[in-house]
Amino acid sequence: MRYVFKTSHDQDIDLLRHKSDWGWYAALIALLAAAPALLPAYYVGELAFVFVLAIASVGLMLLTGFTGLVSLGHGAFLLIGAYIEAHALRAGLPLPVSLALATLGTGAVGILLGLPALRLTGLYLAIATLAFSGIVEHLFAHWKFLSAGETFLTVPNPRLGGVRFGSGPGYYYLALALLAGTVLVCLNLLRSPTGRAFIALRDSPIAAETLGVALARTKTMAFALSAAIGGLAGALYAHKISTLTAESFNVLLSLELLMMVVVGGLGSIKGAVLGAVFLGLLDPAIARFKDYLPPAIGAQSGLQLALYGLILVFFVLFEPLGLAGRWAKIKAYFQAFPIYRRAMFKRTKAYMTSERMR
Amino acid sequence: MNGLAVGAIYGLTALGFVLIYKATEVVNFAQGDLLMLGAFIAWTLVVPLGLPYVLALVLTIAAMAAVGAGLDRFVMRPIIGQPHFAGIMLTIGLAFSIRGIASLVWGPQERGLPTPFAQQPRNVGGVLVQESMLAIAAGTALLCAVLYLFFRHTRLGVAMQAASQNQLAAYLMAIPVKSVFTLTWAIAAAVSGIAGVLIAPLLAVELNLWIIVLKGFAAAVLGGFGSIPGAILGGLLIGVAEQLVGVYEPSAKGITAYVVLLVVLFAFPRGLLGEPQGKRV
Repeated sequence: MRYVFKTSHDQDIDLLRHKSDWGWYAALIALLAAAPALLPAYYVGELAFVFVLAIASVGLMLLTGFTGLVSLGHGAFLLIGAYIEAHALRAGLPLPVSLALATLGTGAVGILLGLPALRLTGLYLAIATLAFSGIVEHLFAHWKFLSAGETFLTVPNPRLGGVRFGSGPGYYYLALALLAGTVLVCLNLLRSPTGRAFIALRDSPIAAETLGVALARTKTMAFALSAAIGGLAGALYAHKISTLTAESFNVLLSLELLMMVVVGGLGSIKGAVLGAVFLGLLDPAIARFKDYLPPAIGAQSGLQLALYGLILVFFVLFEPLGLAGRWAKIKAYFQAFPIYRRAMFKRTKAYMTSERMR
Repeated sequence: MNGLAVGAIYGLTALGFVLIYKATEVVNFAQGDLLMLGAFIAWTLVVPLGLPYVLALVLTIAAMAAVGAGLDRFVMRPIIGQPHFAGIMLTIGLAFSIRGIASLVWGPQERGLPTPFAQQPRNVGGVLVQESMLAIAAGTALLCAVLYLFFRHTRLGVAMQAASQNQLAAYLMAIPVKSVFTLTWAIAAAVSGIAGVLIAPLLAVELNLWIIVLKGFAAAVLGGFGSIPGAILGGLLIGVAEQLVGVYEPSAKGITAYVVLLVVLFAFPRGLLGEPQGKRV
């Protein structure tokens, strides 16, 4: 067992608990920074895409994992961010400005959705966000002024100081830097009073309100932040797919994002990133695996969907804490070596608390 | 009338949600996929196997009930007592799986399910109505009547109502709550199977039938989540509204249900026939 001997109160909110962790994360960053020189271009592109997914997943984790508000329509925020990015770049704005616009603009939309959503909880909120994403997708597909009258909106490849940031290593480093930034912002937020209010809201809204958490403001803030991060991810996603159609941001994308959060482990930023990595690697793995199957099965798109579903069912039933939870369990097993028991992570069952009054 | 027929299908889907939600507090996002599965099973029985329509309908209902009971027994039961979120994710996972497996088994192409009802219009009370639409309306009405009688006048039906109102109290009164849950799932799946068969003259049998789940949500919310007559009423209203919007603004037809849903949720979340909501601390 490794104990942390605390000598000051600040240690409670340290970003990393052990000094050795700094070394591991530094090594990870160094490895990722060196990746474009070590890996073939295809894998670098895939990795950059995983980073983009991870940004969106961290954004959703903030809302769903920490504030306890389920969003089934996060794809809509990605869509809005992507379209803002495309329009800003087509209007000749430089990349930093367009990224900032995409982030802030989507955040504003998040506030707009968040305000009416204040009245809704749990299930109703999930359904409302689902409807919201359906409407957004429809509007961008049918209203000419939103899509500049084109079904396939091309996204320019921005150039800044002689480097192209829309593809290749430039895109990779941009995504990596933004992911690192997003993760840091979220971690810092979560150890601030605001972040603690989020978590209190998730665990018991009534208790949180009694203790002086401004329910409306906190919920709106969570929505705005999550939407803004989603918009940033959407802006990067736009460069990845390079021609935008509203259909590429459909319900399935939203559900995939939610899946990353669940597979990674609710309530953990590390989990959000792990979930994105898992899903980002699953697709190429399935594509490769297909070659070994009889063509009648391998050629079907249903295989991927069925696997997604089974993985999701598996995680909800057998590993509700997700990949991050599994990691914590393995760590606990070795740290407490001979005395680890399964019951250490057992969750207590509660009687069903009804949302209905009768 | 066309709108009413579509609405009846939405209503049946909403009915499936409401049944499961009332009994188990889980929202079944896989309802649309169960409907699709029912349609595919019926198609397999009618077209390649050549069974008569009515027999196929009965077999489909039985098969879907078995599927529903199996899902509850083997998948849903472990998460009793866990937060709502687990239920939502689990049913979404189920929806993915069912859709994926259906696409592996039957493939993505559209199919027509032949029905014995003719397409030519008939004169009912001065209105021209297609016979197939009448069949949908009649089927829905019959099903509602049967369910109503079941819940009102049989021991089992009353036991199910009791379990949905207070699980613990029902358990203490020696009602086998777990079996009741399984039965509820079986009924809900059977209802969506019926909806899947009835929908045949309106839409082709294909994978995208699951989209109806979204319309079903709108119907259930409009009717007040948790109210069985409300679900049917909401479905009918949404079907008619969609049809009317489609006449005036064809491109907006697809999002009518969503807009209705959002407006209802924000303006009067209780819905038309919902119960007063409150929360115990």
